[in-house]
Amino acid sequence: MAQEELNQAVSGEYTLGFEIDIEQDTVPPGLDEGVIAFISRKKDEPQWMLDLRLKAFAKWQQMEEPHWGHLDYTPIDYQSISYFSAPKQAPESLDEVDPKILEAYSKLGIPLEEQKQLQGIAVDAVVDSVSVKTTFSKELEAKGIIFCSISEAIRDYPELIQKYMFSVVPMTDNYFAALNSAVFTDGTFVYIPPNTRCPMELSTYFRINALNTGQFERTLIVADTGSYVSYNEGCSAPTRDENQLHAAVVELIAMDDAEIKYSTIQNWYPGDENGKGGIYNFVTKRGICETNAKISWTQVETGSAITWKYPSCILKGDNSVGEFYSVAVTTLAQQADTGTKMIHLGKNTSSTIISKGISAMKGQNTYRGLVKIGAHAEGARNYSECDSLLIGDRCGAHTFPYLESKDPHGQVEHEATTSKISDEQLFYLRQRGIGEEDAVSMIVHGFCKDVFTQLPMEYAVEAKALLELTLEGSVG
Amino acid sequence: MSILEIKNIKANIGEKNILKGLNLSLEKGKVHAIMGPNGAGKSTLSKTIVGHYDVDVTGGDILLRGESILEMEPEERALEGIFLSFQHPVEIPGVSNAYFLRTAVNAKRVHEGKEELNAAEFLREMKKTAETLGMKPEMISRSLNEGFSGGEKKRNEILQMQMLHPDVILLDEIDSGLDIDALRAVSEGINAMKDGERTFLVITHYSRILDYIEPDYIHVLKDGQIVHTGGPELVAQLEEKGYESIGAAG
Repeated sequence: MAQEELNQAVSGEYTLGFEIDIEQDTVPPGLDEGVIAFISRKKDEPQWMLDLRLKAFAKWQQMEEPHWGHLDYTPIDYQSISYFSAPKQAPESLDEVDPKILEAYSKLGIPLEEQKQLQGIAVDAVVDSVSVKTTFSKELEAKGIIFCSISEAIRDYPELIQKYMFSVVPMTDNYFAALNSAVFTDGTFVYIPPNTRCPMELSTYFRINALNTGQFERTLIVADTGSYVSYNEGCSAPTRDENQLHAAVVELIAMDDAEIKYSTIQNWYPGDENGKGGIYNFVTKRGICETNAKISWTQVETGSAITWKYPSCILKGDNSVGEFYSVAVTTLAQQADTGTKMIHLGKNTSSTIISKGISAMKGQNTYRGLVKIGAHAEGARNYSECDSLLIGDRCGAHTFPYLESKDPHGQVEHEATTSKISDEQLFYLRQRGIGEEDAVSMIVHGFCKDVFTQLPMEYAVEAKALLELTLEGSVG
Repeated sequence: MSILEIKNIKANIGEKNILKGLNLSLEKGKVHAIMGPNGAGKSTLSKTIVGHYDVDVTGGDILLRGESILEMEPEERALEGIFLSFQHPVEIPGVSNAYFLRTAVNAKRVHEGKEELNAAEFLREMKKTAETLGMKPEMISRSLNEGFSGGEKKRNEILQMQMLHPDVILLDEIDSGLDIDALRAVSEGINAMKDGERTFLVITHYSRILDYIEPDYIHVLKDGQIVHTGGPELVAQLEEKGYESIGAAG
């Protein structure tokens, strides 16, 4: 792109150029400044946000899609994607919903009212998410906690957004982050004031507009000095989406003595056994820890055809702590390249990585992790454990642990195991009267235990049920 | 009355023929001991009865209460009341002993048309039983067999046996690797299960365990066949003169 064009884009002069009718609910496939201006207008954003989006777009156009992941997929045609679509027409009742999805809901034990909500069906006033949210909002407001959509935050808290958005994941961090920065449609903003403990688990479930924000989601969580928050993203319910490409960005900021616990259950549509359909999920998640702060990522990834995701921690402050607990399941023809980066900058920083990869059928599972110890990170410590479990003989597990240490005294421990569910283990359980499928799920749960115990209780129950459902029929 | 009848069973492990037309009838409520030299086919016999994946049955039949079990899956045989105490119990990381055993006990209860035990009821029962076997309380919540000593693993097998109330109990080298205290605890656990209804098949190379669990019948297994059956007095003869003193298959 010519410098002149770039300047134009950055300065936002294209804003006048867009020709898409703001009354429209969707834009035609393709991406240009006009589309970005349309999104910004639809979200009723101030000019500065549009300027940032256009800047990101200009940068993105100069970048190249990364291909270092251990992933094999048909190239993405970015001009064939529609970047804004209004919420789909919700079905009028559950009778109109795909019976397969309903079956999965019931196996996962999702209550009827919640099923309706997931499908966007209007629910009774008593369980209406809006009223639930109102109740909770009052409690949160009383403590000065902000919990709203990112679009609201851009309008209502511009100073916080301008200060923190792009501060952990710069808009040019990587190809997918740049794309997200240009076109993000919604997401969540959380701010916890100093010395405040958020009194409840914050879940996307209680967020208005939780539906149809999945494609280019943007989340920003700021935990001010001495505060604590636990945030849960996603749920075990199978999530279908017409949009094949997903590129989310999550930024976490834990100031001095603050703690953020971020849990994810991801169950996007995985595609079929031949790798047809399914979501491509390219996610950038990163947090920064100031002095004595702690960030803990826990993820259970069972969905998507392609997963490219490395929730990371920059341990900037002395004595800060980063944790990554992950269960990634690939079955059917799914491929996952996931792991973490722990960047130790401060003194006496410590990090823990527990990664459990499960592969079944034709699934390919890759752990990719970086532990980096800076020159001034005296007393830094890391413990990594990467275990792979194979079910059957058509799947694969791969481990790429990277270590860069500029401090010769940094303590780094890495353990890796790959095991197959042994015939002997299965037979032992079956000899005690436990059926084969139950025996497999028992062994798999055992394998994932160290990660599941990190999840909030209800979430752990969901994760267990989800794992069972995901691996159903993958044995034999 | 015989509860388990093994008729002219022939079985291979891999390409190798191990059981060569073995006949054995287990009388209900009695303790049968199978003795024999190494390589005679003792472990293959127990594996054949429980439907182990290593074993390829090429002829004959096995009847439980008069019905063939050869076509049954291992878990079905277990639910029908056959229990094997493994010579080398396998370790399963992350699966708590209590969770595993409750799942097994409830699978059996459901099969028998009984109500499942809730966690509290089950734990009370399991703790009580573990205590009688001299097991440390933490064994209940630890991962199944993981890091257990040889003696702890065998006690854990007996714990499972007591909780599952099986009808036919196969004990494969139950005394191997046990010190005298563990041997006593394990034997007492087995003897406590003798009620004139349950049937035991004690598979052993050494006679030591038979001092603790008094058998009603001794069967000598040599080269894939039962070559001799006698009463408890046979133990002394075998101790003294060895397996060579017992006649060839015929």
